[in-house]
Amino acid sequence: MNAISFIPLLLALTLSPLLLGVINRTKAFFAGRHGQPLLQTYFDLWKLLQKGAVYSRTTTWLFRAGPMIGLAAALTATLLMPLGKCPASLAFPADFLLFAGLLGLMRFFTVVAALDTGSSFEGMGASREVFFSALTEPALFVALATLVRETGQLSLSTMFGQVSNAHWLHSGPALGLVVLALMIVLLAENSRIPVDDPNTHLELTMIHEVMVLDHGGPDLAFIFYSAALKLWLLSALVVGIVLPGTGDPRLNLLLAVGAVFGVAVIVGVIESVMARLRLMIVPQLLVGAGALAATAFLLALKLN
Amino acid sequence: MQGTNIILVLVVLTNLKLLGSSRVGSSIRVVAAQGVVLGLLPILAHAHEISWRYAGLAVGTVALKGIVFPWFLFRAVREAEVAREIEPFVGYVASLLAGVSILAVSFWMCTRLPMPEAIASAWLAPVAIFSIFAGLFLIVSRKRAVSQVLGFLVLENGVYTFGVGVAPQASLLVEAGVLLDVFVAVFVMGITIFHINREFDHIDTDRLSSLKD
Repeated sequence: MNAISFIPLLLALTLSPLLLGVINRTKAFFAGRHGQPLLQTYFDLWKLLQKGAVYSRTTTWLFRAGPMIGLAAALTATLLMPLGKCPASLAFPADFLLFAGLLGLMRFFTVVAALDTGSSFEGMGASREVFFSALTEPALFVALATLVRETGQLSLSTMFGQVSNAHWLHSGPALGLVVLALMIVLLAENSRIPVDDPNTHLELTMIHEVMVLDHGGPDLAFIFYSAALKLWLLSALVVGIVLPGTGDPRLNLLLAVGAVFGVAVIVGVIESVMARLRLMIVPQLLVGAGALAATAFLLALKLN
Repeated sequence: MQGTNIILVLVVLTNLKLLGSSRVGSSIRVVAAQGVVLGLLPILAHAHEISWRYAGLAVGTVALKGIVFPWFLFRAVREAEVAREIEPFVGYVASLLAGVSILAVSFWMCTRLPMPEAIASAWLAPVAIFSIFAGLFLIVSRKRAVSQVLGFLVLENGVYTFGVGVAPQASLLVEAGVLLDVFVAVFVMGITIFHINREFDHIDTDRLSSLKD
């Protein structure tokens, strides 16, 4: 482990709230508005951290632990995620399993904290979140399995280091399907538009937002920050597959950061041109993502 | 090689889309797109020997599958006034999962199938078999006559894919004959849909099995 390997971590920690700003500015551009400042998420986080926390008497330690464990899980997952060709701080065989597991842990504690409030409203959001994530997880795992099969590497860092133009020429269709499936997983996991609307406060359609209604102050800041990190992590996952490598490591890093923000712009465009899907249709989309990933896996099996 | 693979993946994706969608109009459009894409297959699969035969086959396929059939089916749908398939025997999510399983089975089957050497792509035979089974699945799992006709077209597309990729030696006469057969079949089915509709005010084939005097 050397100093270079901490660069992806530092970039993720400092730049991830900016992703939300980029998405909002893209949406504002499409709507013809000026939009909020790019750094708005940083201001919000700072404001929330200044506040004190209020806890309901019906909640237990689980409610207080939820945001902290969520943030800890997100930070640990950030250690594992490389940025383009730049390897992650921690890399070992099968680390992608830990990565997916940490995302699962983060979600589990958000859900448990929501259930701990005893509000039926938050229970509804928790139920939806668990249902949808049960459908996205197979897609994520099969997509990662396809990458393992294509590159023959078991660690995220070596996997992304290995993906090259030759892979795209050799098995472009399979990789394309993987990227498509992961994009849908990204939108669903970060509660973006075709699945959930981050701006809405209409009871019947909220998923993620409804679970964190009772959190306030620093807890809410933790939740916002972990959500931003999660968006960064999944964007980096997509970017790692798509981005071709160049010889110069510094140029690679610059390209990767640009590409992560490119993903944010794409998310903003999708949110601007698409309507939110009906709640009944969402499982169909997520199973579709799983079907795409499975198709990619079968294609990769046959070709090698 | 790469062009053929992209076409085959598009065929798989259009089949999955058909299995998972309820709107009749968009399904017809998807089948039309599949026909156009498959029309390009003979040219791309045998790129080293461009001939009038393949060009003629491509033009005929695109014209028939991409333009004539969709136009005909759209007309039948407009006269029968159906916008979407209702309550299929197998739900859409279940159909999608069944489609993926069929794909896996097709890939497994083709590992056991002895293949001639000169095959355009390793994915060709599995995708062709997948199309055939997906078409069959559409026919047995949907209630509307229009959806069943679409299943039949997908099935035929599978046979066509296999023929173009595996046996380029087959004569133009055979290929033209198959196209003509399909044309007649779709024609007859279109007329049948029209007649069922005029007689019963619906084209739900499931309800045709109950007799009345």
